[in-house]
Amino acid sequence: MIKIRNLRKTFNIDSVNENLAIDKVDLNIKKSDFITVIGSNGAGKSTLLNLIAGVYPPNSGKIVIDGLDVTPLKEHSRAKFIGRVFQDPMMGTAASMTIEENFSMAHSRGKMRGLKIGVNKKKRELFRSHLKLLGLGLEDRLKDKVGLLSGGQRQSLTLLMATLNEPKVLLLDEHTAALDPKTAQQVMEITKMIVTKYKLTTIMVTHNMTQALAIGNRLIMMHQGKIILDAKGADRDKLTVDALLNEFQKVRGSLTDKSLLSINTVTPKC
Amino acid sequence: MTLYAALGAISQGLVYALMALGVYLTFRVLDFPDLTVDGSLPLGAAVAAVMITKGINPFVTLPVAFAAGMAAGFVTAFLSTNLKILNLLASILTMIALYSINIRIMGRPNIPFINEVTIFDYFPWITKLIVSIGIPGRYANIALSLVIFLIVVICIKFVLDFFLHTDLGLAMRATGDNESMIRAQGVNTHFTIMLGVALSNGLVALCGALVAQDQGLADVTMGVGTIVAGLASVIIGEALFGEMTVFRATLGVIVGSVIYRLAIAFALSLRIGDFVISPSDLKLITAMLVVFALMFPEIRSRIKIGVLKRWGDGK
Repeated sequence: MIKIRNLRKTFNIDSVNENLAIDKVDLNIKKSDFITVIGSNGAGKSTLLNLIAGVYPPNSGKIVIDGLDVTPLKEHSRAKFIGRVFQDPMMGTAASMTIEENFSMAHSRGKMRGLKIGVNKKKRELFRSHLKLLGLGLEDRLKDKVGLLSGGQRQSLTLLMATLNEPKVLLLDEHTAALDPKTAQQVMEITKMIVTKYKLTTIMVTHNMTQALAIGNRLIMMHQGKIILDAKGADRDKLTVDALLNEFQKVRGSLTDKSLLSINTVTPKC
Repeated sequence: MTLYAALGAISQGLVYALMALGVYLTFRVLDFPDLTVDGSLPLGAAVAAVMITKGINPFVTLPVAFAAGMAAGFVTAFLSTNLKILNLLASILTMIALYSINIRIMGRPNIPFINEVTIFDYFPWITKLIVSIGIPGRYANIALSLVIFLIVVICIKFVLDFFLHTDLGLAMRATGDNESMIRAQGVNTHFTIMLGVALSNGLVALCGALVAQDQGLADVTMGVGTIVAGLASVIIGEALFGEMTVFRATLGVIVGSVIYRLAIAFALSLRIGDFVISPSDLKLITAMLVVFALMFPEIRSRIKIGVLKRWGDGK
């Protein structure tokens, strides 16, 4: 379904702030896989998602979605295959516009946008039936501005909008991290429900190891732009939070070694 | 203020409402501060004046002026999106360039064409109607412009309202609200910005063409301060009507524009002792008005916070 080959991304290339965010990543994702991605800050999790979404181009490597090489495509041209939910609940919706208008924009994803009226009766019924799935009572507030909703409601709405046209891949970038625990739980339940319902291929970035183990069928751990653990099937089911923490400890150790080495290699020059 | 001055102000307010709707489209809908309008207003006037003095049908000048304005807006948007020049600066660059272009179009800094046939000469039946309902003949001309401008601005308002509710219009509104969101929904925001800024300047140039025909004069300096007047209209409209829906917002812009022109006409009729406000003082007054209107929400919240603090300390 998704093939990632030799992907590499360096930020601020040729400057003091040069930062290798993704280092030769290879990844094969099967249809209906639900992958959870964990890793410490700066491990390259979000960069990986942004590269798949086309927010910025990679320095080398390629990304193939469903047989189509999307590497040269810009963000907006890839959007028809990709549904996205961001960490910040404010980012996925337009606050000054109504719920139905936001929905209508998601409904037009991947289609020509012309001079047809954005929200008609037929679409409104469709949006209402989708909103009922959430069980948040939003189906009766179609004409309310999205800015009036709470963070959890907005995030649920974004999730629904991202999956409205059944994308080939759903990218969730720590989409519950900014919510309070109870709301986060709720949004997680909704995520599970929608992903199962449409059998969506999903990549979810999270900081929460319990969450990463509780959902999905494959787990990836990243560190310094590399995939250092890729567990699926039986291996994945055997994993525990303690085992994951152990893995983290291991790479932390190697990190210090590596940084010491790099200092050693630099000193002779001075 | 005489009745004549009041009618004149209302008619001015209605025609400049087209310009204010353009400013609304960039400032409020797209969140793109666009000063190109100071150049695209005289651009529309110049195009109309040249075509009319060449004997071309005055109605033809209107779509041509609109297209010329769109081209100017496109240049600004292109500088901003593709060449990554700060939007405000990009618009100033186009505005300055338009000064030279407008003089090139006219061949000189201004063209008076008061004796030429304009669109206002095509509606003698409206004039007859106006006189027949008992309005004195000396007001007939100004009432005619008022009626025509009213019809034009209402039509444009409804077209704009409709457009902002189409799929494309929704995408444009979302571009101003949350650019990364609408890009994730598959919209090329460079395109929506270009289209929006172009449409905005098209409206402004159309306004320029109508104003020129009304006054029988196109002048390269007639655009100075356009943006400030437009902003003033938008802000007055928001204060009165709120910005709850597009329908109300655009209505507010039109009413705001009329109130702005009436306020100016009123200021001009003021006498404080020996002091008389001259037309050249208007830019200063408008600038102060806009500053006040922009500060108003901030001042209001500060006063509230101040009161609460003192109340809290006293306890």
